[in-house]
Amino acid sequence: MERLWTIMRKEVYHIWRDPRTLGLILLLPGLLLILLGFGISGESQDLSMVVADLSKTDASRRYLDYYVASDDFEVVASAASEVEVLAFIDGGKAQVGLLIPEAFGRTLETGGTAEVQLYVNGSADPANVQTIQLKLSAIGQMASQTILVRRITHVGAATGLSLPIDTFVKTLYNPNGDRKLYIIPGLIPVILELQGLLLSALAIVKEREQGTMEQLIVTTIKPWELMLGKIIPYLVVSTFTLLSMLALSQLLFGITIAGSFWELLGLSLIFIVGSLGMGVLISNLAQSQMQAMYLAMFIVLIPSIILSGMIYPRDGMPWASLFYSELLPVTHYLTILRAIFLRGVGAAALWPSILPLIGLSIVYFVASIFVFRKRI
Amino acid sequence: MDAVVEVIGLYKRFPQSARPAVHDLNLAIDRGQLFGLVGPDGAGKTTTLRMLASVLEPGGGRVRLEGHDVVKEAEHIREWIGYMPQNFSLYPDLSVHENLEFFADIHRMPPERKRARIEEMLAFTRLEAFRGRRAANLSGGMKKKLALGCALVHAPRLLFLDEPSTGVDPVSRRELWTILTDVVHQGVTVVLSTPYMDEAERCHRVGMLFDGNLLASGSPEAMATSLPFAIIELKARPRKEMRRIVGALPGIAEWRPVGDRLRLAVPRENGQVEALMQALQHRFADEGVAVDFMRVERPGMEDVFVHLVSERRHTA
Repeated sequence: MERLWTIMRKEVYHIWRDPRTLGLILLLPGLLLILLGFGISGESQDLSMVVADLSKTDASRRYLDYYVASDDFEVVASAASEVEVLAFIDGGKAQVGLLIPEAFGRTLETGGTAEVQLYVNGSADPANVQTIQLKLSAIGQMASQTILVRRITHVGAATGLSLPIDTFVKTLYNPNGDRKLYIIPGLIPVILELQGLLLSALAIVKEREQGTMEQLIVTTIKPWELMLGKIIPYLVVSTFTLLSMLALSQLLFGITIAGSFWELLGLSLIFIVGSLGMGVLISNLAQSQMQAMYLAMFIVLIPSIILSGMIYPRDGMPWASLFYSELLPVTHYLTILRAIFLRGVGAAALWPSILPLIGLSIVYFVASIFVFRKRI
Repeated sequence: MDAVVEVIGLYKRFPQSARPAVHDLNLAIDRGQLFGLVGPDGAGKTTTLRMLASVLEPGGGRVRLEGHDVVKEAEHIREWIGYMPQNFSLYPDLSVHENLEFFADIHRMPPERKRARIEEMLAFTRLEAFRGRRAANLSGGMKKKLALGCALVHAPRLLFLDEPSTGVDPVSRRELWTILTDVVHQGVTVVLSTPYMDEAERCHRVGMLFDGNLLASGSPEAMATSLPFAIIELKARPRKEMRRIVGALPGIAEWRPVGDRLRLAVPRENGQVEALMQALQHRFADEGVAVDFMRVERPGMEDVFVHLVSERRHTA
């Protein structure tokens, strides 16, 4: 037990005596949260739109007003032909194109069904394209039941178009559809994991590389004392990071925790232990610091970002990806954090996520002890 | 005397290499001895020491320290052995004192004893004045001394040192040896490796390692007398002529230049040495070569080593 304390004190010296690294450790997570928080949650409110009004009638101008009046579109240019509209979209100057044919006004007057054509840049983020299309249809329907809006997806594959818009969607928990509420609690787990892994993945392999492990082996230190002694100081660092990110999300993004702070803190500590355990496990398996970094990046971090559900929903994933994501503590922690943050759900309702989180954290930490061999 | 270190048929081959790094090594080292494992780079010294110090798992054979197996009873052994690796193996961002304290704490020394022992080590290694300095900022010699201090801080009975004097300036080297002699006087059994033959002469007993094989072991004196040659050292000018004459003369087993002299190994049988020296004198006189000196020298470890290696090459 005294030896555990000895190792911890040594690790604290290592951290403390490298002020530049310490500064990076403490500041970067906050900066990343700010950067990504604003970056990802920035709503694409004004979609740039190019308009070719070939009809030039009252009816066509009235129809256009629907788009202009909405907050969603900003008419950035007007074009004289379909070719010009497409050129604007191709050049990336507009995301949406609207073509009102010459016959538009006449057809409406004669009681016929007028057609307009909408062009959407399908090569953009599919989620964005879908949003754009939803907004277009909504406005189209609003404008007139008699105007048949034919949407043509320009560039890229057509995404499902015919979503009904006369909506009575009642959004629970996040009534304003504020993406920040969804994104920020998703960023916190990934940033925490990034930090924990990078810190601990070097812990053991660094001692091997600088030769100090050879000296440590010839002492009576127990593997668990060494592993725990390395993890605990980083646990403190990661907890600081967690608290600073929680503070930032409240002060900067105005997100308050709907559920219990203490439950969130407790479950976060379990997650941090799991992440650090994973890092130490990687450190034990790697033969050099370079290998450790690669393992951490490619086996854990990138899958964590893609598969955890932070950005893409996990519902449609193939079974292999789904299974892999289940092995990542971050997947479960993400579910827990979003639930506590947004829905204010108590831990009691979250056992399906809490149990795997605890289980994985224990497995990774214990494995890191057993994999360690006191030999070079 | 009882053997503190007992090595039986020790073997190690690394996966990448075809030849074993250590092959069928047998050794017995007695208590209180200073034992030198001598050999050139790549002979297997480090591999052997690592296996003796329980750092590296033996590929075969057995190592027993005070009767305890280094594999099965590693944790027990580690309480009373000390080991200093060849490369600097301390924490560069910790001070001299903190490094000593760290290893004392890892060995769970009680506080008072720890304090006393650290002071003792600082005095012993002449590092008191540098106690607050970070290990990264020490000179090469001081780093070695600190590493020695850290290996000794828990007062081990048995100490393994891997090339303690390699990469150290001559003054620090002499200082290290003074410290080592003190350690041995305190009753610690010391096993060290060295590529330097002059250091081998200072050991109680020596094991000569070459290509993973133990060529011979024994006290330096015994090894020198076991050599079936006398050593003649000779200096004459012009050097080219001297070499030509020596090379052409029959009855010389081996010869090699050492600086501006030649060292000849001559079989020590009934008067051959004297006969050869006379023959050389005559030849030099005939050819007009000026002889500065020619004398019989005591064989050194280097002569023994050169002989053993060439003998091995002949049998192999």
